[in-house]
Parts: sequence; structure tokens; C-alpha cells
Amino acid sequence: MRLVEFWLNHGSEFLSAILRHLALVAASTGIAVAAGVPLGVVSYRNPRLGGPLIGLANIVQTIPSLAMFGFLIPLPLIGGIGAQAAVIVLILYALLPVMRTTVSGLKGIDPSVREAGLAMGMTDRELLYQVELPLARTSILAGVRVATVVGVGTATIAAAIGAGGLGEYIFRGVASVDSTVILAGAIPAAIMALAADFALAWLERWSAPDRARNGKTRIGAVAVASGAALILIIGGLVWSERSDGRIVVGSKDFTEQVILGELLAQTIERSAPIKVQRKFNLGDTLICETAMRAGDLDLYVEYTGTALTAIFKQPVILDSGEVTRRVAASYAATGRVMLAPLGFNNTYVILVRGDDARRLALKTISDAAKYAANWRAGFGSAFLDREDGYRGLVQAYGLKFREAPLAMNLSLTYRALAEKQVDLIAGDATNGLIAKLDLYALEDDKHYFPPYHAAPVIRSETLNRHPELRAVFDRLAGKVSDEEMRRMNYEADVEHRDVSLIARSFLERHPEIIGQ
Amino acid sequence: MDGHHLSSSAVPSAKIAIEFADVSFRHPGGPLALDGFSLAIERGETLALVGRSGTGKTTILKLINRLLPPQSGVVRVEGRATSDWDPIELRRRIGYVLQEVGLFPHMTIARNVAVVPRLEGWPEGRVNTRVDELLNLVGLDPKTYGGRYPRELSGGQRQRVGVARALAVDPPILLMDEPFGALDPLTRAEMHREFHRIQSQVRKTVVCVTHDMGEAFSLGTKVGVLAKGRLAACATPAEIIRSNNTEVKIFLDALPRIGTGSREWGMGSGE
Repeated sequence: MRLVEFWLNHGSEFLSAILRHLALVAASTGIAVAAGVPLGVVSYRNPRLGGPLIGLANIVQTIPSLAMFGFLIPLPLIGGIGAQAAVIVLILYALLPVMRTTVSGLKGIDPSVREAGLAMGMTDRELLYQVELPLARTSILAGVRVATVVGVGTATIAAAIGAGGLGEYIFRGVASVDSTVILAGAIPAAIMALAADFALAWLERWSAPDRARNGKTRIGAVAVASGAALILIIGGLVWSERSDGRIVVGSKDFTEQVILGELLAQTIERSAPIKVQRKFNLGDTLICETAMRAGDLDLYVEYTGTALTAIFKQPVILDSGEVTRRVAASYAATGRVMLAPLGFNNTYVILVRGDDARRLALKTISDAAKYAANWRAGFGSAFLDREDGYRGLVQAYGLKFREAPLAMNLSLTYRALAEKQVDLIAGDATNGLIAKLDLYALEDDKHYFPPYHAAPVIRSETLNRHPELRAVFDRLAGKVSDEEMRRMNYEADVEHRDVSLIARSFLERHPEIIGQ
Repeated sequence: MDGHHLSSSAVPSAKIAIEFADVSFRHPGGPLALDGFSLAIERGETLALVGRSGTGKTTILKLINRLLPPQSGVVRVEGRATSDWDPIELRRRIGYVLQEVGLFPHMTIARNVAVVPRLEGWPEGRVNTRVDELLNLVGLDPKTYGGRYPRELSGGQRQRVGVARALAVDPPILLMDEPFGALDPLTRAEMHREFHRIQSQVRKTVVCVTHDMGEAFSLGTKVGVLAKGRLAACATPAEIIRSNNTEVKIFLDALPRIGTGSREWGMGSGE
């Protein structure tokens, strides 16, 4: 019931997510067919070229989709974040099934049929269009079908680089541990995949050789219609992607980041006549950093401790003034400006279940170290990698777990802890789920974790273009306290309030920020 | 039966329609299929070439329509070396009936027969008239069979369609590669009779290859015997049957006999 309510409440946004998802899949599959069939023909006619071509497509297929999106961000022209890069990735994935079924369809043609065509004096082109492609059509359509169904699934991941679509709900739902929101994206995506599969299966049967009585005209009409639709779709995507003079505001893929992104966006929109484009849920720190360096992202909120170690690869420092100073200098040296911190410190906290904390009278991480040998830990993969993460923690407290810690999505660790799949996690101090899931934040009694003050980071070029923004962000400085942040996270994760409403209420509580 | 005979009387002085002059051919990585092979085929003649499997019978046909190029020597069609012909133009002047028929499975019977006329850009009305005419010629009712697909026909019917398709633009030359090999003996005998009926109307220069001496005698006005990449003999069936050539005798001995010593039944039907 909540699901239907969610859809009704997000009616127009939901509809545009569906349309955008469809557009991504249609554009990428369409281009993949337009390129893959000719490539398949070339591969078939010229096996020496075809072997490596198919091999290459095969290798592309084995690259995990998130990794591929990551590779593409820093590339000029084709890369970046947003629909364009997503379409490129989806094309690359769709290419192999289309090429392969084209080749196998052509190979499957009875040689005597081809010989008959040649002996009748068909040119290569006549043979291709009148004999080979019509006979390979059923096989090619089967490839298009596979490519489309895979495309619907892969397109959900495209939300990680800001391409939008139904994946956005899935990421948002995972981030806020809200299965309703996950299902709001996953169910329509599944239905879309099934519908595409069904429709193309029907087309496949319909195009079978002995049904092609008036095949030529009908196939022609279908081709013309789908070509026109494709041009419209691509045009629409390009149009919606244009960022003429607009400031692109981004966020990483967890609730707090999305709230802060929305807060920055609304603050700008309500203080200055500047258009803003939102690209939220961009995955982790590295994606935001690469996108920013590539000029695809103008502004997002970063944490000082994260910037110091994960972006600028410097050793951990505990003094918060020193961290802020160093990070600001590093950003300045790389064409960015770190603006005044927002106020709260979202440091890591080590979390256990409230039950365990009460039962074992745990207060500090040192208390918990005694029990760790019987426990399993789960951490976000970034935490496992970073200098100020897992390795240092284990050394500082002499922690030993029952087995190597599980690497998982940061957002999922909270639920995994509450559901006893793991016994200890590292979470964000301001996360609203801590209260919702009755988790207990252990005190960092050895002061291991460095400070993580949240501060907006903006490209210098953008700031020079809009110098008035500095005053705007100065008014925001220090306004988001730990309490404010935890409250907003709670509103999003527990009360399932809309992020834009949460940001609006915040600005209403602090009217001085937008100069009212 | 129609107005566009391109063949027979066009250039009466040139009697030779197809000529092989000292032709050699080797399939990549295989043995020599043809070794200094020479042959001349007169206009309007039906030459039946007999040879064992793998003696290069199909190769000879493909050399004529330039699906294969000779490695040495010259193949001439209507006095011109095949290498001087535009291959597309050459092939459209040569009908080809394949061993496996090779009908296009995605086209109806009528469309199959219409392929070359359409390639030649005939107007639709003329194509349709011609298709009906050809289907009638090979004994298939256009109304019944025109709209069917190849898989809905029997082997014999498909073979008739293959012949109709090869004759579509009335080419002066017809190549047939074991055209009736896959048919049962009765259907085959019927197809032989049909061949003679059609040939008496169209008078093409026909080259037909077969491994069956009986079929060669039944179809050919001349019979050529292939051995070791050369022509061991080439003469009328009546002359062949009296030949003392060892290669020819091997084939003659393979003919079935009824009673003792009589092989007379196996010849003459082509005359």
C-alpha cells in the first residue's frame, strides 16, 4: 500500500523517471543495433577483423557496469556524468549480443542459398539485403531482445553517474534502507524488462521467414518509425542534458549527501538568479572527485577528513583546524575552492546493536574490543581501503574479528547490523538510522577518528563566474549543526519525507540564509 | 513461347558457346581438380559431364559463371574470356540449377522465380507475367504454388522451381549441377522427360554434371567423361557406348544390367 502511495505522491517525478529510463534504453539499444549489425556483417565477411572485434566486445561485456561508468567519467567528449556517458556504457553492453547474433545468423545460412544468389548474378549488396539479412533477421532480433532486457537492468545502475531513470529510486531506497523506495524503482524496471522481452519475442515470431508475405513494406515502416522515434528520444535526452550556464550540484550516494546537495541547490536558487542542475547519487567520493576535475560537476559537499586522506592521499591528522587548513590549500592548488564548513562533524562512529551494548555494558570501542573475537564486522568498501579506516582502527584498538570483515555498500551495513548478519560496523555519526534501528555509537576513547567537517567545494572557475555565491555560502556557514543534520537524516530515512521538503523546512527555520 | 530469345540465332557464325582452353584449377590445399582441361560446347547442345565425386564436375560449372577463376588457361563464354566479362552481367546470362536447389526460404515460390527479373529491373507487370509463364512451363500451377514457401513443396516440385528460376530471364546458357540427384527414381525419370519437353521449347546451351552414366545418357546430346582432371572422352551417347577407353568402360560397367550383357536399355532416350 505504501508503494502505491509513494507512486501517487511522486506522480510526475515517477513518470519522468520511467520515460527517462525508457529513453536511455531505447537510445542505447537503437544505436547499438545501428552499429552492431554492420559490425556483425563486417566481422562475418572478414573473419580476420571479426575475431578481434568480437573478442573486444566480449571483454567489454565482462567489465562490471559500475567500473565501466567509473572509467568513463574522466574521458573527454564521450565521458563525464549524466545521460550521455550512461548511453555510451549501455551501447557498449548491447553491442556484443547484437554483433554476435548477426554473425551467427549469417553463418547459419545454408551455403547453397548464398551460392544460388551469387550464381544468379547478385552483387554483394543485393545478396546482403535480399538474402543474407532477411535470413539472419530472426537471429538478429533475438540479439536485440537480449540487449534490450540487459539494457533495462543495466540502466538502473546508470543512476550512479547521474543519468536518472528508475535506478534513482533504487539507489535512494538502498541509501535510506527503505524497501518501499527500492521497490518503487525495481518493480517498474522489472515490468519494463518483461514487456520488452515479450514485445520483441512477438516481433521475432512475426518476422519469421514464412510470415514475411508483405515483409518488405512492413519492416520498412517499422524501421522508419523506430528511426524517427530514436531521433526524438536522443534529441530529448540531449536537450534535457544541456547545461548552458547552469551550475551542476552533485552529491554522493547516501541520504545525508542528497539532503545537502538539495540544500545547496535550493539555497542558490532562492538567493540568486542562477539555474541549477541536480546530479545526485553519484556514487562514492572518487566519482564526485573525477567528475569535478572533468568539469562535469561544479559543486558538492565534501568532508575534510575524507578529502585529506581519500582525495589528497595525506596521512591522518587529528587536529581539526590543521585538517581544514591543509584540505583548503590542496583544493586551492587543484582549481577548487573549499567554502566555509557547514557546521556539523560527520565523523565515523563504530556501531553495535543497542541490545548488545546494553547486555554487555559497552560504552567505548575499547570495551567492545574484548568481544570482537566472536564477532563479524561489515564495512563500506571505502572504509576498508582508506588510511584512516579499518587498518588503523584495528591497530589503534588491537581489534581481532572472528573472520575478515565483509565489504559491502555503506548504506546496507546498518541494516546488516540490525539483522545480525554482522555485529559491528562503522557508520556516519549523523545517520538517522542509528536511532531508527536502535544502534549504539561507541565512544572513540582513543581518539582514533580524525574530524570530518562538511564543507561545500566548488570549482574556482564557477565561483569566478558567479562571485555572488561566496556571500550566499558564507550565510550558510555553521548553520547545519550535528543536531540539525541528524534531524534531517531522520526525517528522510525514518519518516520518509521528501528531500526537497526537508531542505525547504530547513531554510524556513533559518530565513536569514536566503536573506529574508 | 516468348519474345526474348537471346540465344541460338543471335550470332550464327560463332557456333561455340562455351570453351575451356588448357584450364588448370586447384582448390586451396587440395589436389589438382582440373589439369590442362580443354572442352568446347556448341550452341544448343546439351552436354552431360560424368565423373566420380571429387573429379571437379562442380568446379567446371563454377569456372563457367566465374564463381571460381581459372589458375591457368582460359574459359570463354560466347567467345569472350570470363575474366573479361563483368561477373554480374555474365552470371545473369547463365541460369544455374544447384545440386541442393538453393531456393530462398524466406521468399514465396513466385518471388524466388522473380529474383533475377527484379534484379534486372523489369517492370512489375512483366515480372508477374513471366513468373506465371515459367511456372506453367515447369508444370506447376501459378495460382496453387506461387504463394507457397519452398518448405511447403516436395523435392521434385522444388527442383522444378529451381529450373524455372534459372530460366527466368531466358539466359542462353543453363548450368545444372546434379539437378535430380536427390529425387527418387520415378520422380527422376519424370523430371528427365520434363527436361526434354522444356529443352525442346527453349533450346538452351546446357551443361549438366552427374555421377550417373544412366542420367548422362538420358539427358545429354553429348556425353563427356571426366577422369584425372581431364576429359577422357566426349561424344554422342551412341559413340560413348562403343568406346574402348578404360575410364569410359569403368562407368559403363557400373550401369545396372537386366539379364545378361544388355546395356542397350540405358541409352538412346536422349535422342
